[in-house]
Amino acid sequence: MIRSADGRIGVVWSGLLLAAVLVLPWFKGGALGASALAEGLGGRAWLLPLVAVALAFGALFLLLRDWRIHPAGAALVGAGLVWLILQGFGIGLRGPALPAITALFPAAGAGQPGFGWGAWVAGIALIGALAEVLAARGFCRGERFGALAVVAIVTLLTLFVFFPILKLMSSAFVAPDGTLSAAPFLARITAPDLWSIRCLNGAGRCGVVINSVVLGVLSAGIATALGLALALLVARTDFRMKRLLRAISILPIITPPFVVGVAIIVLFGRTGLVTVEVADWFGMRPTRWVYGLPGILIAQVLAFAPVTFLVILSGLEAINPTLEEASATLGARPVATFRTVTWPLLRPALAAAFLLAFIESLSDFGNPIVLGGSYDVLSTKIFFAVVGAQYDLGQAATLSVLLLALTVAAFWVQTRWLGRASYVTVTGKSDAGLVAPVPPIIRWAAVAAVLPFVAVTVAVYAIVLIGGVVKDIARLEMTPTFGHLWTAFSFEINGRGLQLFGSAWDSMITTLWVSALSAPLTMGVGILTAWLIARQDFAGKRTFEFGTLLSFAIPGTVVGVSYIAAFNVPPIDITGTLWILVICFVFRNMAVGMRAGVAALAQIDRSMEEASQTMGAGGGRVLRDVVLPLIRPAIFTALVYAFVTAMTAVSAVVFLVSARHNMATAYIMGRVENGEYALAIAYSTVLMLVMVACVALMNLAVGRARLGRRTAVTGAA
Amino acid sequence: MTGTAIEFRNVVKRYGDAVAVAGIDLAIAGGELVTFLGPSGCGKTTSLRLIAGLELPTEGQVFIAGRDVSRDPASARNVGMVFQSYALFPHMSVLDNVAYGPVIRGMPRAQAQARAREILDQVGLGGLHQRLPAELSGGQQQRVAVARAIVQQPDVILFDEPLSNVDAKLRRKVREEIRSLQRRFGLTAVYVTHDQEEALAVSDRIVVMDKGRIAQVGTPADLYERPASPFIADFIGDANLIRGTVAAGHFSAPGLSLPVTGPDGPATLSIRPERITLSPGGPDRVVSATYLGSRMEYVVAAGVGEMLVSRPIVEPRLSAGQAVSLHIGQSDVSRVA
Repeated sequence: MIRSADGRIGVVWSGLLLAAVLVLPWFKGGALGASALAEGLGGRAWLLPLVAVALAFGALFLLLRDWRIHPAGAALVGAGLVWLILQGFGIGLRGPALPAITALFPAAGAGQPGFGWGAWVAGIALIGALAEVLAARGFCRGERFGALAVVAIVTLLTLFVFFPILKLMSSAFVAPDGTLSAAPFLARITAPDLWSIRCLNGAGRCGVVINSVVLGVLSAGIATALGLALALLVARTDFRMKRLLRAISILPIITPPFVVGVAIIVLFGRTGLVTVEVADWFGMRPTRWVYGLPGILIAQVLAFAPVTFLVILSGLEAINPTLEEASATLGARPVATFRTVTWPLLRPALAAAFLLAFIESLSDFGNPIVLGGSYDVLSTKIFFAVVGAQYDLGQAATLSVLLLALTVAAFWVQTRWLGRASYVTVTGKSDAGLVAPVPPIIRWAAVAAVLPFVAVTVAVYAIVLIGGVVKDIARLEMTPTFGHLWTAFSFEINGRGLQLFGSAWDSMITTLWVSALSAPLTMGVGILTAWLIARQDFAGKRTFEFGTLLSFAIPGTVVGVSYIAAFNVPPIDITGTLWILVICFVFRNMAVGMRAGVAALAQIDRSMEEASQTMGAGGGRVLRDVVLPLIRPAIFTALVYAFVTAMTAVSAVVFLVSARHNMATAYIMGRVENGEYALAIAYSTVLMLVMVACVALMNLAVGRARLGRRTAVTGAA
Repeated sequence: MTGTAIEFRNVVKRYGDAVAVAGIDLAIAGGELVTFLGPSGCGKTTSLRLIAGLELPTEGQVFIAGRDVSRDPASARNVGMVFQSYALFPHMSVLDNVAYGPVIRGMPRAQAQARAREILDQVGLGGLHQRLPAELSGGQQQRVAVARAIVQQPDVILFDEPLSNVDAKLRRKVREEIRSLQRRFGLTAVYVTHDQEEALAVSDRIVVMDKGRIAQVGTPADLYERPASPFIADFIGDANLIRGTVAAGHFSAPGLSLPVTGPDGPATLSIRPERITLSPGGPDRVVSATYLGSRMEYVVAAGVGEMLVSRPIVEPRLSAGQAVSLHIGQSDVSRVA
């Protein structure tokens, strides 16, 4: 017999809630026993309503089996959540946000520390109970797991994506003395060092915004042109490089930041190998020409061309070949067909690639900081406003809002305008027809464009490959040595066991921890979100979906600053911990897992999950028995991407690392700033090898699981 | 037939502004096979999913086995469902597919598998336990889907257009299999289809739906012979609709006069093509004659308008252009409006 309105789960939530207010330390750093009850009786009276809610909720659960449906249950849960948030944000570390609160609670003037275990557990319990109450009212078709997932994910996104961004925006309006007004924002945002265009007439430097946009447009334009050339060569000629090019397209993802920049300095810097050689030939003095726009451009194009290549390639492959055949049968020569049919059909893909690269260029932090010289862009300017000589969160926030406006605008154009302009028709039927080879003149233009790209890529990665194991690559001292590796990773095995002395061990171990913790969490959150979007119907789903997509467009630098703005102060003060790094990665990278999951779920007949439900499986069981086994490839993709990105990301991380929890990329950045290029390259190489090894391990684990399934089947049949 | 197995009480289902089900009252008796029939978008599949718990009603209540399940998710109801695509789990063997439900509901695995074997034997799939669904023919897949749906002795078994993925040639056979299984196990069944012939063949009762409402409920013979509205007459089988007026218990239209029941005023009569008889010579004319193998189909221009007429192949054949007389008897028509 199946009982409806199963309320037994209430024992979990009411138990947790009671433990949270009666036993666990309510405040951060508090001792066991310094619970909400103790603190409340000890003067912080504003905590007592929460204790009352917990007791009332426990009593309700004991008295009523159908607490999920009873109006009192909903009222208690709602009141508890609202009060938890109000008191947390209303009374800060140094006192209440509004003076009126002191009149109500005199002790509020002394302020309160941030949330501790008790507060967190209370929040979790209330969220869980809220999901039950909603499910009992038909939310998510009454599926409690679905309801819990929706409520939990929405809470997490609100807490770790939207709240920091809002906090950041409000920080932009804070004057140096701490008051809130529009004047400082207006003053900062109209400053000439943002908008000046004096560089155009040679009378000085341009503003950061102008610099950023010029860089973005040039970088995206060149990368798109290169991507087009590469895509045409691969899809429309007999050029036998398809596999090689696809392999190259993965390189930027696993390449730690800075290393390409360092390689470019080694090649093109004032004493660079190429610079010196060319200067000798032409009898000129070597210059620092590469620092500034040219250097950043080279590095960014190397990084983005593979991305634009993949976008344009898929656009090119989606064009129905019969259209080009139709054009030919109507009398068009190859060049005319290309101009009148292929090119117009390709335009949406080109625009998408351009906008993607534009967003990436604006978000890029690693290349401008290494190669920028005096060419300031928004992301570096934001960094120096926080980390530089004078800590100015208001300035950083204002610049972040500007940067965010630019990327979100580009993202909006990409989704809205291109969404409608796409001509690509995907139908189940495959059309017979041969793709038209590209006209010779276009082919040679493409080859001419691709050759320098390939040459520079090969040169850069050659330097990365050998730079770490020779004495000094920058001066062409090619004596093989493990000295750099030893500096970073020296160790000793003696009477006291394994001892690590190398300067890089700390950051390496932290990086591995953070990556190993965040990868499964990122994957979990991403896949769960994908499942909610693809399979659950709930009120507010559209907004939810747009919010998750929007996180694509938030540059890492902005995330870093927003986390500082939001999480440096109570109630949620978690800066300086390992967890803020993990959380940052989870919510920055979940979108990729989400996309992979949505794409995989679109291939799976929804009625399989419904069949599972009609046989008695709840949402969690459906996910475990049916969905996850069928979307294993997407899970693997999400896992690998999350892991690799956590190891190589830098833009948000540099704001969040601390002396105790330093990350590999931040450490490498420090070495680059000190000019210890060989050490930076050596460390990067190790990082790449570790990544490859870890991905291979994951592949082995996931691959073996799949193999086991298949052998079992054939063995039995 | 024992008691009421399923009951809809004023059930409404809305998606935003769109109304899928606009207020249904219906009782289905135990052991009965009831078909929801109607054009696409009429709300028949939504009604089925409301029983399954895959949708929850916006208003009103659904009762299964006397219990109000309106707020229960699918997993808390005891229903079996055969999906249009069968929805067999591709990563599980046939046996695991059928044993899935009992295992989920807490039966020990060995016992669940024994139960699954038993059911698989009964549907004639004895030797195929370890196959994957992809290694079965379409007909076998369907039988696995049915076995999976009935293994837990559900309160009701639901069929969502179960024949739409079956070869046209096989449909009659599969349809009879479903019907005999349902009778053998004494199952209450709800069946959704848009194919009226399938509905007539398989059902105890048919619920014809139109725009989210029930248009008529009745046995196949009721619906075919005594349609309640022009929509039903036209949707089930072919029908000739004749508009005219009733005065003093007499229907009259150009060239036709018949006694009918019901109130005076404008009226519509329906007559099935096979109920019309033709004789050579007379005021009417054959417009077209079509040979269909088992019968002849004629379009005849008569005083009441163009009539579709279907005659057995053994009768003398008429040809296009021939003059005929068209006969409509009082017992052959039904008043639909």
